[in-house]
Amino acid sequence: MAQSEILEQSTDLPPVFASGPVQWARRHLFSSVGQTLLTLFVAAVSARILWFVLNWAVLDAVWFATDPQACRDAAGACWAVIAEKHRPILFGMYPYDQHWRLVLFIVIYLATVVASLTPACWSRRILLPLWAFAVGAMTILMFGGVFGLPYVPTSEWGGLPLTIILFTGSVLFGMPIAVVLALGRRSPLPVARGLSVIFIESLRGVPLITILFVAVNIFPLFLPAGMEVNKLLRITLSIAVFFACYQAEVIRGGLQAIPRGQYEAAASLNMTYWQTTRRIILPQALRICLPAMTNHVIAAMKNTSFVIIIGLFDILTATTAVMQDPLWRQFYIEAYLFVALIYLVFGLALSSYARRVESWVAVGRI
Amino acid sequence: MNGVSKWYGTFKVLNNISLDIRKGERVVMCGPSGSGKSTLIRCINRLEEHQKGEIFVKGIELTDSVKNIAAVRSNLGMVFQSFNLFPHLTVLENLTIGPTLVRQMKRKDAEELAMHFLRKVRIPEQAHKYPLQLSGGQQQRVAIARSLCMEPEIMLFDEPTSALDPEMIKEVLDTMIELAESGMTMIVVTHEMGFARTVADSVFLMADGNIVERAGPEEFFANPKHERTRNFLDQILKH
Repeated sequence: MAQSEILEQSTDLPPVFASGPVQWARRHLFSSVGQTLLTLFVAAVSARILWFVLNWAVLDAVWFATDPQACRDAAGACWAVIAEKHRPILFGMYPYDQHWRLVLFIVIYLATVVASLTPACWSRRILLPLWAFAVGAMTILMFGGVFGLPYVPTSEWGGLPLTIILFTGSVLFGMPIAVVLALGRRSPLPVARGLSVIFIESLRGVPLITILFVAVNIFPLFLPAGMEVNKLLRITLSIAVFFACYQAEVIRGGLQAIPRGQYEAAASLNMTYWQTTRRIILPQALRICLPAMTNHVIAAMKNTSFVIIIGLFDILTATTAVMQDPLWRQFYIEAYLFVALIYLVFGLALSSYARRVESWVAVGRI
Repeated sequence: MNGVSKWYGTFKVLNNISLDIRKGERVVMCGPSGSGKSTLIRCINRLEEHQKGEIFVKGIELTDSVKNIAAVRSNLGMVFQSFNLFPHLTVLENLTIGPTLVRQMKRKDAEELAMHFLRKVRIPEQAHKYPLQLSGGQQQRVAIARSLCMEPEIMLFDEPTSALDPEMIKEVLDTMIELAESGMTMIVVTHEMGFARTVADSVFLMADGNIVERAGPEEFFANPKHERTRNFLDQILKH
């Protein structure tokens, strides 16, 4: 009896709706006369735009030419400018015959970052030697001066490696500063709290350009005579603290989301403030604010392009400089599209990785 | 505990409370909500600060001294109404984090200890799950095991079954009864009168920041001296 009841119930399935592309289109695109007209209009406009882009970017484009005249004669895009100018765009004013060092730099960098973001490699025994080796190798490659590599001062660095150094440096220095500031802002000690608030609010209230200007032009005035701090280092640290002030506020949001019971449970186990913070509170807070933190990391990547105002040739500034060449000047759109593509690839990689981390967090894998 | 008072703003939650609890004694505190019983138990391990009077645990006075607070807390285990397990750690890690960090035990020893207490609360098979994958009753038993891993001499329970469905209350109470039978000193804030009757050495009734009645369970339930206690028992035992 009971069994037959269950069998009967199992035939009682939810009603089935017709599905498939045709039904979907009918429901969403052609449900009424107005809808149908709107759909047709949008389709026509989109087709027109796509056709224009296709013509310009592919059909009428010039892909290979050593002479800019070939580009001028054509109606479409001049991708030849990238073949012609990609080296100064990517590598700036770095000595031309040493560019292989920068290629190697980028390869080591990407390999290290990819390895560091893979959960299988998350142990001190792997990451510490890996980063020690990578930073050492990358420093030697950039500076030279040993192993028969000619010395290249930081003032000649440029292009993509410079953007990578500024971005990575500012995030690596900035994250710990952000955590300390966020903790300081919620500290029970009035002095720590006051200092954090003043630091965060005063730097957040100022444009990044001002901070860079101070770091480059005003900061050296305060140093004793003869002492000098490398300009690239000053810039990196400036972007780092700027990044840290925004990130600190994000992390503070995560800290505030942790229920009081977590602190009380840790206290009842007799854990100290630092043990509680490091093992109980921060791991949860950082998981909570992961999406917002990703946001600021991506912003930090693009903020590196502000160094244009203080004379560092990051990839964007290098492009601007390269496109001063009167022969190729008119094809600056293609050159900037190329740089935009590089930024886009980095940005998409960051955001898709962050999404994956979020899904790991959701299933409790990390 | 001697003449302890505490105010929230101008509201006096604890009014000049004095009491002694002996080693091995099992005390149940009950009373209407807002009567100060949770506050009192939380003062004992300094999750709340009392403003007047003195509290001694095993001869150590609770003061501002961080050293004293740590010394007192090392004798105390606490179980909360809302479990307060660490959701980012597995059950086993929840149990070993205290022993490894605070008592500096070796990981392997801490894990053995943890498994010992997980068996005691009868959920060793859940060791590698995360707290939110368990039922409320299982979570509370993990919380009890987590406190026991610190090997305290006194266990504080702050309404341990109030957040649970009826069928889960029993499994938690069973665990607590076993713990009581092992001779642990326990201070329990609860409305589970059955539990009070079975295991308590003395039962307190708190109201408006005062201890109104303190008696052995038979006398407390059969022959309460105070009007207040009779009203409370009427309310709670009626259904």
